[in-house]
Amino acid sequence: MNTTREKLVAEPERYEFSAAPMHQFELARREFFKILGAGIAVFVVAKDALALQETAPGSRSFHNEELPKEITSWLHIGEDGVVTGFTGKAEMGQNIRTSISQTIADELRVPFESVRLIMADTALTPFDAGTFGSRTTPTMTPQFRRVAAAARDLLIGVAAKEWNVAPEGLIAKDAKVTDPASGRSLRYAELARGKALAQNLPAEDPVTPATEWTLAGKPFPKVDGRAFVTGRHQYTTDIRLEGMLYGKVLRPPSFGATLTSYDDNTAKGTSGVVIVRDGDFIGAAAPSAHEAQIALDAIHAQWKEVPQISNEEIFSYLKQNAEAKSEDRFRRQKGSVEDGLASAAHRLNATYTVAYIAHAPLEPRAAVAQWTDGKLTVWTGTQRPFANRDELAATLHIPESQVRVIVRDTGAAYGGKHTSDAAIEAARLARAAGRPVKVVWTREEEFTWAYFRPAGVIEVKSGIASDGKLTAWDFHNYHSGMSAIETPYDVPNQQTEYHQVPLILRSGSYRGLAATANHFARETHMDALARVAQLDPLEFRLRNLSDARMRAVLEAAGKSFGWPGKKTGEGQGFGIACGHEKGSYVATCAEVVVDRASGSVRVVRVVEAFECGAIVNPDGLRNQVVGAIIQGLGGALFEAIEFENGRIKNPHFATYRVPRFRDVPEIEAVLIDRKDIPSAGAGETPIMAIAPTIGNALFEATGVRLNNLPLAPNGVQTLNT
Amino acid sequence: MAKPMEIEVNGKRYPVSYPPDTPLLYVLRDELGLTGTKYGCGEGQCGACTVLMGGAPRRSCQIPVSAAATKSITTIEGLEKDGKLHPVQQAFLDTGAFQCAYCTSGMVMSSVGLLQTNSNPSETEIAQFLQGNVCRCGTHPRIMEAVRQAAKRMQERGR
Repeated sequence: MNTTREKLVAEPERYEFSAAPMHQFELARREFFKILGAGIAVFVVAKDALALQETAPGSRSFHNEELPKEITSWLHIGEDGVVTGFTGKAEMGQNIRTSISQTIADELRVPFESVRLIMADTALTPFDAGTFGSRTTPTMTPQFRRVAAAARDLLIGVAAKEWNVAPEGLIAKDAKVTDPASGRSLRYAELARGKALAQNLPAEDPVTPATEWTLAGKPFPKVDGRAFVTGRHQYTTDIRLEGMLYGKVLRPPSFGATLTSYDDNTAKGTSGVVIVRDGDFIGAAAPSAHEAQIALDAIHAQWKEVPQISNEEIFSYLKQNAEAKSEDRFRRQKGSVEDGLASAAHRLNATYTVAYIAHAPLEPRAAVAQWTDGKLTVWTGTQRPFANRDELAATLHIPESQVRVIVRDTGAAYGGKHTSDAAIEAARLARAAGRPVKVVWTREEEFTWAYFRPAGVIEVKSGIASDGKLTAWDFHNYHSGMSAIETPYDVPNQQTEYHQVPLILRSGSYRGLAATANHFARETHMDALARVAQLDPLEFRLRNLSDARMRAVLEAAGKSFGWPGKKTGEGQGFGIACGHEKGSYVATCAEVVVDRASGSVRVVRVVEAFECGAIVNPDGLRNQVVGAIIQGLGGALFEAIEFENGRIKNPHFATYRVPRFRDVPEIEAVLIDRKDIPSAGAGETPIMAIAPTIGNALFEATGVRLNNLPLAPNGVQTLNT
Repeated sequence: MAKPMEIEVNGKRYPVSYPPDTPLLYVLRDELGLTGTKYGCGEGQCGACTVLMGGAPRRSCQIPVSAAATKSITTIEGLEKDGKLHPVQQAFLDTGAFQCAYCTSGMVMSSVGLLQTNSNPSETEIAQFLQGNVCRCGTHPRIMEAVRQAAKRMQERGR
């Protein structure tokens, strides 16, 4: 367990996965028709596929040489006409099961209802680096388009052979191939009948442009929606196997504590209880979670604790402990910041901070592990099934080929479910117990032993000319990360630098990564500069922007919001912010009201314009955009992990405040559909601009400039009282 | 000490044997296999485990199984009648009021509880009533819409 903990590093290395060999493919292919029955299977080879998946903005040292030829996606057309697509991606509420199914149906010319997906199962689906970085829509949907287009060609070929005609004139439509010359047709199901035809095809077939989509681009409801409203869907936490035990893990009292003494004599005496001690890992498995907990409570373990950084001193610590080595940095330079500052009419320096926050997905980390004849099957809610498989194999000292990881559609992740902790814990306990074991983390464990969005310090120095044009931009991020670290504004002189700091709390991905922190600092600073320049904040941004897509979302948000807002009451304020990342663009406007007496903050209205190229499913997209705004409200206003000497002080929903119904403003999402631009992902970017938007609105409402996230955990006192 | 007792869930009586202070949630999920009721926090702070007890929404992680033994319990699995969804379930489905949907069971049960005592709740009343239910995906506006829609349909049906 410690090895995996140490392997978890801060953001820059996140994307450095090594491509795993395709053991499971040969196996799956032989078994393929056994599992799915006769039919036609199409495998698409795209050697650039892994590079596409793993290259993320900001990744510096990704090694993309020597990528093997890869099978990236495949689908099967059965004798019953059911089309099955296979992908290593996982469904966690982002609704890709629906959007990918739409894409396959659209390209293969079959009804939406005839498509099903098998997802995130290391024994059945192609290798996949993980479901993160908003990569599913830009990489997986085009791959399925190619595989579906290839399948369509293959079906036409089969029909042409059947009829002994040239394939050129045949048409694939409505789940059948038709020969317009003779009027005859054969359904896909009929063409697949009695076949066991597997074909590798190059990913070269032209695919349908967005302007001609019929099923993609339309609002489709979530696949299997009925299973969710009836409680029938089985999440990982709901799995019950014959003879299954429930596992619990003894946690150290604080981060960095090491085991010094251990006595499990009392605990071991309980019948039906299995105790495992392996290094610093201590766990119990019992017929119920309650009995497992009683067994753990009976273990006498002593730990040596070491002093740890607390949240009072975190920001000064981060500044003082930045790594000096150049390879730990990201640095971009253009022109001379010194000259730009010297020539500026106005200069502004400011420091911004962001707190650690927790993902707190409602389904906690969980896993069920089962050993059969030395082979391990683990069901777990993870964003990285293949990496989990490799980590399980490495930790348990067994070959990867002996491990299968299956991800049921999961109760959310938000970047928080990359690691394999619960899987390893369940597997270790199950091995000792000789029976299946389920481990479900408690909410307190979630808030303590999962990882956090890292805290950070951001320092900005800037200069503007008398006409409001930026002349200099100097931006330094300590620790929080480098996603969206570069300014989208036109600045002739700029320096941007990311300074890595060794981890303090366990940290990792969070929806949008550091894009939330970097946008908070940049867009708060831009707002402050607009005030210095005595320009309207929207006008000031447009004056410094030449990116047409960015201008378009800003103008769309401003128009729908009615920017600039007119104050009609006391304590009212309006804010705006924008940004782009991972191929999509966002601009957000908000209205806030601050109660003068109590200082309490109410976000009244939010308008967000979002553009991610051609929209695949406007209904799912709207859910993601509105959801990101609401989730972002928490980090903007009140979410913060409090910690002292290695202990989390607020590991409960009662003390760690998340957005609830009464926090939710009136929200309007303005979705811009650009059919001329390839679809980008939309899970992350819509969250980036909400925090600075609210901070800027609070400034207008109160005259107080708030440079720290969360902005107002205890409200904000106005200056103009 | 495990104590034998009987609980009534979704109109069926089940004999169970548990220490009296065992939370109802674990009996429902681990013993009866009614896993539609979710664990979210075990502290009564998130609402994912909401069931109806004697018709009123309760956090099943906070109810000792012994206290449940005298009341009739309804879980998410008990709402559908003869293959027909409860109007609240139907409204959640129609409005797409879920993303990861892990909170959905609790949201539906709380909403059913609300509409039993207030057939035409205002916006503020819905928000107030569902304040104890956490949705981390941020689907709140659609959930509010689903409750309004369900209220309307139930009123029309009742007329």
